[in-house]
Amino acid sequence: MLKKPLIAATAALTLSAGASVAEDIEIVFVGKNTGNPYFDSLTQGFVDACEVIACNFEFVAPATAEATSQIPFLEAQIQRGVDVIAISPNSPDALNQVFQSASDAGIIVLTVNGDITGNEQYRDATILPTDFTKVGADQIEMVGSLIGYEGEIAILSATTEAPDQNFWIEGMNETIANDPKYANMTLVATVYGDDQPEKSTTEMEALLSNFPNLKGVIAPTTVGIAAAAQVVQSRGIADQVKVTGLGLPSEMREFIKDGTVEGFQLWSPYNEGWLASHFAVGLKNGTMTNEVGATFEVPNLGTITINEGNSINTQSALTTFNADNIDDFDF
Amino acid sequence: MTFLRSIFARREAGILVMIVIFCLAVGLHKPQFLTGQSLRIILLLTPLIMIGAMAQMLVLVARHVDLSIGSMLGFSAMVVGLMYRELPDIYWLVGFPVAVLTGAALGLGNGLLVTIFKLPSIIVTLGTLSLYRGLTFIISDARQINRSVIPTELKAMSRTSPIFEIPWIILIAFGIALMTYVVARHTQLGRQIYALGSNPDAAPLRGIDVTKVTLIVFVLAGALSGLAGILYASRWGFVNPSNTGAGFEFQVIAAVVIGGVSINGGVGTVMGTVLGVLLLGCVAAALPLLGIPGSTQNAIYGAVILIALLIDRSVRQRGLASMSRA
Repeated sequence: MLKKPLIAATAALTLSAGASVAEDIEIVFVGKNTGNPYFDSLTQGFVDACEVIACNFEFVAPATAEATSQIPFLEAQIQRGVDVIAISPNSPDALNQVFQSASDAGIIVLTVNGDITGNEQYRDATILPTDFTKVGADQIEMVGSLIGYEGEIAILSATTEAPDQNFWIEGMNETIANDPKYANMTLVATVYGDDQPEKSTTEMEALLSNFPNLKGVIAPTTVGIAAAAQVVQSRGIADQVKVTGLGLPSEMREFIKDGTVEGFQLWSPYNEGWLASHFAVGLKNGTMTNEVGATFEVPNLGTITINEGNSINTQSALTTFNADNIDDFDF
Repeated sequence: MTFLRSIFARREAGILVMIVIFCLAVGLHKPQFLTGQSLRIILLLTPLIMIGAMAQMLVLVARHVDLSIGSMLGFSAMVVGLMYRELPDIYWLVGFPVAVLTGAALGLGNGLLVTIFKLPSIIVTLGTLSLYRGLTFIISDARQINRSVIPTELKAMSRTSPIFEIPWIILIAFGIALMTYVVARHTQLGRQIYALGSNPDAAPLRGIDVTKVTLIVFVLAGALSGLAGILYASRWGFVNPSNTGAGFEFQVIAAVVIGGVSINGGVGTVMGTVLGVLLLGCVAAALPLLGIPGSTQNAIYGAVILIALLIDRSVRQRGLASMSRA
């Protein structure tokens, strides 16, 4: 309720401030759902970027991450006449039509943090966290280094149909089967905690009961890795079972500090937002071109290349977090 | 014999037998299910549901229902989480009275709507299920309270205690069950709740202040949900506006109904409810151990609830249902 007079006041200021402000690019980011700490960090990247470059930013998201829940938000933004829609899509195909109407209205559509695989023609470009084809191999190397490249490992994933996790797990399976470096490691089970703390906990407990010789667990999901770490912390078995995976530093700091977890990985969601807003503004004012092979400079990130399929990687490899650097990250 | 019957009215004996058979059957395939470690896992799964089930039991016995307890849990947890975030120097135990009072206030809201407007509680609490959840989003700005904000001492309550190292949250849950037992069996309020639920029309004639008893029941349900809220923060180390407490009401109603509490009011025991909670805990812990995939687990979990109710029904139809009251 308090916001409306504020917005009115800002609008009045904008009018009086004249032409330079009026040219600001309007960017909206449609998140998967509200209350997801991962997107708080991503959003902050947009917010900070729009303080230094010529854009106005707004974040909207549905309450639940269902396939169609983003559609009304997209329609509202098209009506509002924004310049750029950035979105973490909840579905690879349910949004095609509404993306088409956005394009017809001259709006640039960028998928961020996840793509609409198979329907790429409906968006202008995608900004991904990192090269997803390397995530599986990197995670196997991570757990291998923790257990001395020997013994049983297991995977605790999100939902059975989570496309990113399944793609990485495929990579993990291939790496462990084909790379002789990991010949003494066995992947004994892949289980799914549905990104719920309760379910992830019971699955983790079951892994420990069913595989008493388990040496390592990879949880490539932020809810899963925190739940797995909590089980190991509670049982006091950090020496015997190494938990790693993909996690948020803010959620994992406690487990790194008390030695429950030695190391885990992720990318920077913040930098995705930072990159997306620079790219959006660059495209709109003509200083960047959306062509495969084109490169552009982004402050703090260096030279960014547009890859095959108008796909952009925010960073080339995963960042590893451990006791030495965990305090350097605040997301 | 009368003594034995009063402790183990047949309903409770039936659930106990089901728990034993289920655990032995699982143990046959997975011997590790019958170990102390397993017991610890099961008990750690149940405290929040146990507390919620005590709340729901009292409401159902009074011939009402409270669908909003998951939302009250979430809102109370969020209030406490915001307090810890905004006032990092506050003494951590302050969170408990804050959570309980917040929940009690929400419960009072339910109670007033039910008593003043004479609305069915299922409608009122269906409304507040959404209302309280929506308010949780508003006060939190739709942001999660992160692990770093929750006091270490609070999180440690889910790991241990000085009493045989049994985690505090388990002790609290059984403490609440014991208190509910005392209230239900040995106080005037308890007798009035059962009398009200058995025959609402006759209750005023027996000198029962229906409005007062109804309000108390809903306030108690809110207060217990608030307690479960802060224990959620302890157990999982975060508070999320959309996930925390979502669907909790259904887990709780399932446990309570398995435990023999009648949705028609007036009938239900603490012992039965505790056993209902434990049965669900056993099932939740056993399914992943048996290697049953997640997609199938929900279906099996639901089937177990129905089977438990059917077994119970068929046992009772053989004329053993005479002792239904606590």
